[in-house]
Amino acid sequence: MIDKTVPSLAAAVEGLEDGMVVMVGGFGDSGTPHELLNAVLERGCRDLTIISNNAGDGDRGIAALILHHRVRKVICSFPTTARNYAVRDAVERGEVELELRPQGTLAECIRAGGAGLGGVLTPTGLGTELAEGKPIYELDGRQYVVERPLRADFALVRGWRADRWGNVVYRYAQQNFNPLMAMAARCTVAQVDHIHEVGELDPMLVHTPGIFVDRVVRVEREAQR
Amino acid sequence: MSAERGWTEPEIARRVLADLWEGAYVNLGIGMPLLLNELLTPEMGVILHSENGILGMGPAPPPDRRDDDIVDAGKAHVTLVPGASVFHSADSFAMLRGGHLDVAVLGAYQVSMHGDLANWKRPGQRIAGVGGAADISVGAKQVWVMMRHLTKDGAPRIVRECTFPLTARGVVKRIYTDMAVIDVTAEGLQLKELAPGYTAAEVVAATDAPLAVLEGVRD
Repeated sequence: MIDKTVPSLAAAVEGLEDGMVVMVGGFGDSGTPHELLNAVLERGCRDLTIISNNAGDGDRGIAALILHHRVRKVICSFPTTARNYAVRDAVERGEVELELRPQGTLAECIRAGGAGLGGVLTPTGLGTELAEGKPIYELDGRQYVVERPLRADFALVRGWRADRWGNVVYRYAQQNFNPLMAMAARCTVAQVDHIHEVGELDPMLVHTPGIFVDRVVRVEREAQR
Repeated sequence: MSAERGWTEPEIARRVLADLWEGAYVNLGIGMPLLLNELLTPEMGVILHSENGILGMGPAPPPDRRDDDIVDAGKAHVTLVPGASVFHSADSFAMLRGGHLDVAVLGAYQVSMHGDLANWKRPGQRIAGVGGAADISVGAKQVWVMMRHLTKDGAPRIVRECTFPLTARGVVKRIYTDMAVIDVTAEGLQLKELAPGYTAAEVVAATDAPLAVLEGVRD
């Protein structure tokens, strides 16, 4: 019987080692797998490269990893949330390298990574410092910024419901980067509120097909911060 | 600024609203543009897009109806209107970059006479977030800017060339400020409408680029 569920958060991040590239889903708190991030912190991994839209907030999530000196590089679109002192200070100190990609470019580069494409041609950032150092490609008389695809060792995603085959359904705007990141990692771990028997999820409503998901771990919603 | 002279921020928002139409798909930037979300009514038929993955965004809910999975681009709690849909970030930005969105209403530090937009970073700022601003301004059919005409220090925000880092080049079509409504055209900036209490000469003086005064603008 195929069963991708794992019994604990620690088991969910087994194999996540120093120096790995980790995608983290979520937009602010929506769709952010905070409990999986706590498990990465407890595991003690260092020198991580984090790919995420934001870079944590206050002392939670990615910010907690940064405050504990576990992060070497952050690739994101918006590190400057109101209480972002963790990433700001770490970048100022030169401890963390920050690579900024526009939000839509970040999304499409992750999708390209998951879809086996060699890059993205986008008009976004043309003629601005956002395109500095990136190749410009002209096609049919129009110019585009060439952006490299993004892939990861692990993707930590947060969903609402999943079954034992790893099919995932997201709740409202929880989707954001999660379905894209699920496609783009060697090992994708989904943190969900509910686990279902195979056949219980309506195939027409599945957002992330199980082929993209390696492990599923349940965290009761009440237990989540 | 007193209410008797010029438009207040909610009045600028109402002025922007008057130019939107039923069936328009609209994205609101963080800051002043979000005032529109509180003024829109279902009867107006304007459909709001939020780049984190919502089409059909409604106003803030009462505190006891907040849902952490229904937030706007500024991470504030919002609602879904009947007919709303939710989707992932690649689809969301396909709507923007792919030219499907009718209007983006954005805040700005500066706008140039060529329609260049600067709204993500101050000069010399080392760490700034761009978020969706660059994709939205490149992809929307029309970009309208909503901002104060002058900085707190009294410097014009509408300039010949932006001195702030650019978000996108040549994208702004219209500017709404506390003093006026200005169109950015191939022929240059055109003063379209004055806020109460201001003369065309005052707005021209407060703008650091050539500004043509359209016929019919009262003075």
